[in-house]
Amino acid sequence: MIRLERRPQPSRAVVWMTPVLAVLLTVAAGMALFAIMGVDPVRAVGIIFLSPFSDAYSLSELIVKATPLILIGVGLSLGFRAGVWNIGAEGQFVIGALTGGAVALAFYDISGVWLLPLMSLAAVAGGMAWAAVPAFLRTRFGTNEILVSLMLTYVAILLLSAMVTGPLRDPDGFNFPESRIFHDSALMPQLFEQGRANAGFLVALAAAATGWILLGRHVVGFQIRLMGQSPRAARFAGFREKRIIWFCLMVSGGLAGLAGMFEAAGPVEQLVPALPAGYGFTAIIVAFLGRLNPIGIVLAGFVIAVTYIGGEAAQIQMQLPAAVTRVFQGMLLFFLLGMDLLAGFRFRLRLPRRANVVETP
Amino acid sequence: MELAVDILVGMMLAATPLLFAALGELVAERAGVLNLGVEGMMVVGAVTGFIVTAESGSHFAGIALAAFAGTLMGLLFGLMTQILLANQVATGLALTIFGLGLSALMGQGYSGLSVPPLEAIRLPVLSELPVLGPLLFHHEPMFYLSILLTALVAWFLYATRAGMILRAVGENHHAAHAIGFPVVRVRLAAVAFGGAMAGLGGAYLSVARTPLWSEDMTAGRGWIALAIVVFASWRPGRALLGAYLFGGVTIVQLHVQGAGVDIASQYLSMLPYLATIVVLVLISGGRGAAVLRAPGSLGRTFYASS
Repeated sequence: MIRLERRPQPSRAVVWMTPVLAVLLTVAAGMALFAIMGVDPVRAVGIIFLSPFSDAYSLSELIVKATPLILIGVGLSLGFRAGVWNIGAEGQFVIGALTGGAVALAFYDISGVWLLPLMSLAAVAGGMAWAAVPAFLRTRFGTNEILVSLMLTYVAILLLSAMVTGPLRDPDGFNFPESRIFHDSALMPQLFEQGRANAGFLVALAAAATGWILLGRHVVGFQIRLMGQSPRAARFAGFREKRIIWFCLMVSGGLAGLAGMFEAAGPVEQLVPALPAGYGFTAIIVAFLGRLNPIGIVLAGFVIAVTYIGGEAAQIQMQLPAAVTRVFQGMLLFFLLGMDLLAGFRFRLRLPRRANVVETP
Repeated sequence: MELAVDILVGMMLAATPLLFAALGELVAERAGVLNLGVEGMMVVGAVTGFIVTAESGSHFAGIALAAFAGTLMGLLFGLMTQILLANQVATGLALTIFGLGLSALMGQGYSGLSVPPLEAIRLPVLSELPVLGPLLFHHEPMFYLSILLTALVAWFLYATRAGMILRAVGENHHAAHAIGFPVVRVRLAAVAFGGAMAGLGGAYLSVARTPLWSEDMTAGRGWIALAIVVFASWRPGRALLGAYLFGGVTIVQLHVQGAGVDIASQYLSMLPYLATIVVLVLISGGRGAAVLRAPGSLGRTFYASS
């Protein structure tokens, strides 16, 4: 009989191998799904996973998609380590875009190098303010931060829609629900001549590096990890739980807000109701795929970016629905979580014990 | 008077899908399983119910298969969290993302189509009564099913041995295991039931209330159902109350909008979500009473070491 046996120590090799295996299994399951749908599986998977690497434009698009995922994912990973479940990054992303974008529109006639830093500050403040609500309610009343941050996401999306149809609407836009296109000095600097990749990517890399140092080398990171692993031990050690909750939510809210502003002032160049593209939710997958490790999250951000760009290519070349991307992302997280079992446990083959069975001749 | 009846009836219609989903999640959580994938299970139920009804012409087949599809989604969650011991919070989110994607994929050719709505049952005399008629005796069958299931769940949890075992498993899985109760099997059954109920809630949306399919049509109702379970402090009767309260907020918002009040519709649409937050704060407030009533093993992974 095969049974599970807990490993004395989680296997580090398995922990880092599982994301690779999960990607491979997702590809296999995706091919099965396509076969069921009557789509040529080899061609579809080929387009989804290979076409993003085919030309310079696609590569820069990978950076465009990976930037918000990495920024948000790094922030979320801190909270997830501590058992603080900020599921509302999507809302914080939207508010960041809104506050950052509002600054860009307020100074529409003035240009200057100070504009982007000011927009960034506004975006971070906006994201933090949105995350402060679940932080306050959890630390003050013990309210579940998962549900509160989620409900606020719907509120944020509606607020964006109200703003771009109201006060922030383009005055010359024929009543379309969208803002003016941002002025040049309110747009993110481009990384390359070609494509839409912008300087936000460098900020995302810096955030990942900072997060990595914080988690691995700083006392705050130690407190976060201990609180996640053993809240009781953390309390005995005298860590202030409330301060860690606030810290995690402020960092993840601020980074999500910044990601929102980068998106609005980067590839989108204005505020539109369709700005929330689900990055806040997808970043949750990125955080787990990256093993809640900021460096891993950079890699995971690119893996998930491939599913976006590849999904778009499959949409154009094979008329596959856009939802294919979400299905792949969901499956990826399933396989990854399922295989975590292998890190903490190992399978042991055991023969049924027969000693206490009396055999009669 | 007529307006009041209209509002009350609207409230009942808005509450019904929430009630289905909340009841299912309530049973799962009573068994100690926190499934955040309600939204995903619901939306898969909605698309399945719609497709089957559109193809077969039978509402009954649509609703039954929606429940079945929800059950499969619930079992997928059960497999992940109970057999493969995956983190329940993360798996629930994966289930929602997967469900939203899968439903959009399945319903691709059905966007914008519609099916005939589920007919209300017309009773000879009772349905004609002035106020009580439209209020109580003139609804489609799924409405009555939701009320019946509330009573059944309450009866099951508090008056049967199986219900007692389920609560024991949710309260303390190690003790339940030591007594010899099959923790994993009870939990699998509970999440499967939760999935079936979420599937029914989804089907109610797509074949009874607004008989059409559109992507992401559950619009966060699965998450509100989760909040209702907390509001109900894990009791079926209070889940009914909670669902009607939330249904009421939705309807009042529609009526204010309809009355031509000069305020952007988006602000009114925020009300159900804001109300959810307010209610969550009120019940968790101060004494932390609701937190204390949560099943003891809620959300914790069970692994039998012997």
